[in-house]
Amino acid sequence: MTTVQVQALSKRYNAITAVKGLELTVKSGELVALLGPSGCGKTTTMRMIAGLLPPTTGDILFDGRSVLAIPAERRGAVMVFQKHLLFPHMNVAENVGFGLKMRGLAKAEIARRVHAMLELVQLTGFEQRRAQALSGGQQQRVALARALVIEPQVLLLDEPLANLDANLRLEMRWLIRTIQKALGITTIFVTHDQEEAVMLADRVALLVDGTLQQFDEPRAFYERPRSTTVARFFRNENFLAGIKRGNQVQTEVGTLTVECGDELADGAVFLTMRPEHVLINSPQTTNVLAATVDTVLYMGSYLQVQIQIGTVRWVINTAANADVQPGCPIRIQLPPSQLWLVPADG
Amino acid sequence: MMRRILRLVACALIISGVLLPLIPQMVWSFATNWFFPALLPPQWGFKAWRYVLSPSSQVGEALWNSIGVAVLVVLLAVVIGLPAARVLGLQQFRGKQMVTWLLTAPLFVPTIVVIMGIHIVFIRYGLADTFLGVVFVHLIPALPYFILLMSSVFANYAIEFEETARTLGASAMRTFWHVTLPAIWPGLTVAMLFTFLVSWSQYITTVLIGGGRVVTLPMVLFPLISAANHTNAAAVSLVFILPAILILILTSHALDSNASAIGGLGRL
Repeated sequence: MTTVQVQALSKRYNAITAVKGLELTVKSGELVALLGPSGCGKTTTMRMIAGLLPPTTGDILFDGRSVLAIPAERRGAVMVFQKHLLFPHMNVAENVGFGLKMRGLAKAEIARRVHAMLELVQLTGFEQRRAQALSGGQQQRVALARALVIEPQVLLLDEPLANLDANLRLEMRWLIRTIQKALGITTIFVTHDQEEAVMLADRVALLVDGTLQQFDEPRAFYERPRSTTVARFFRNENFLAGIKRGNQVQTEVGTLTVECGDELADGAVFLTMRPEHVLINSPQTTNVLAATVDTVLYMGSYLQVQIQIGTVRWVINTAANADVQPGCPIRIQLPPSQLWLVPADG
Repeated sequence: MMRRILRLVACALIISGVLLPLIPQMVWSFATNWFFPALLPPQWGFKAWRYVLSPSSQVGEALWNSIGVAVLVVLLAVVIGLPAARVLGLQQFRGKQMVTWLLTAPLFVPTIVVIMGIHIVFIRYGLADTFLGVVFVHLIPALPYFILLMSSVFANYAIEFEETARTLGASAMRTFWHVTLPAIWPGLTVAMLFTFLVSWSQYITTVLIGGGRVVTLPMVLFPLISAANHTNAAAVSLVFILPAILILILTSHALDSNASAIGGLGRL
């Protein structure tokens, strides 16, 4: 049970700054996703937490104490990498027992704990298999067992599911979630897949270009993005520039009413709404706009419709049986409770 | 079927190329004289082998010198070359191409050109005409082979293995001992054996730096060949070639025992 605090953490490589002033507090037993496009500094951050890479500036604290002076082998943060998972010259039992061997445990005790851990990851009977003889998912589970068997303070997973096929990924998500909750180990995992982050994590930290964009519960990234960058990363491209005055926003297509944005000062803002929240031909009369349909894409369970509102283009998702034709004018309604404001500088 | 035939042909070629030339050598070493057109020597004897075992031939002394020099060269190559190969194989940095080129330069620059300059330096530091001087000069052609081989082994290795071990509680030393060394061991064995052979077959460098005081096997063998003393040359050359054959067998064993970890050698 360990709280991890990352304070003003930065990492510079010559001219490139990989991580810029990262602030992050992971609560004890929490499962946090570090989400971001590749090259955004996620893995660099993990390496610094694990003690494999010294930060340029900033501090890392476990339970309030700085761990920067503690070398990786005594820090108590175990890292599971995406590739090169298992030691190739060892069998499954030797791999899982490695950390215990380094702690000088007796052979019988190691064997007992390895067996118990293999049971937990559902690989009983695989003790003597060679590492290379296992499938990708099995290797992943052995690597997880090897990390968990030493009861680490912090578990760091680097893209744990990236190399698995879709079915296996679901199964592994479930397994990681279950084991993590059962053992209560503070866990940070890296992913570039926003769906995975949202499904698996208690809280998500979105990193873009080495900067923390938002650290919040998964739902917030969809409903309350802090910037256009965050909204875009979660596949929301619907923006409308306007001037906010109280709960009224004046835009090129008329003045709209919002129920949010109290924390924002009056002035230039962007209005945004998720594609699935825009209504077509709604009986409501607030925030009704005239638009033109550009294209209609049949997505199976819904229609993805590109529309033109004034000079901007929005995407809306609507029921698969809705009557929308390319080139036709439609009336859309933006329910005030679903409208969201982000600062215009983004 | 086609593969079988190809394999047979390959075997035949290897045997005729490597082993057949040894047969006349063996015959020669037991012949007192043997001239064309006689199919076999008219007279047999142990004259050549008595010569090999006699102190005046210096074969015994040369054998020990050759082994001593080669073993030291291998040890120094590991100490110097392993860190270099690790960096070249695992990391990207500016000027890597240049460093690789410089490290392999001794393979392209004729040794004799370099030796003259080095000789003067060695005289200044009292290394000329010494055992240690010969070891150092053998390192010049041996190190590039060692580093090239090992850097390609490391290219197939991943730093993540070591990082994983560290976070699991292994110190840097124990990580090297329990993770790095076992993973690179087959490749390291081969590189060490190659390095041994490079030192083993040095002639010019030994003659010039050893100044005739440090006598190795090639220095005993070459005068016999140039003097056309076929019988004695054949016996000494068999002593000389024995380690090479042994190393060939050991190498194939090392390459065979853990094919995956040696993968890097496939790049050569």
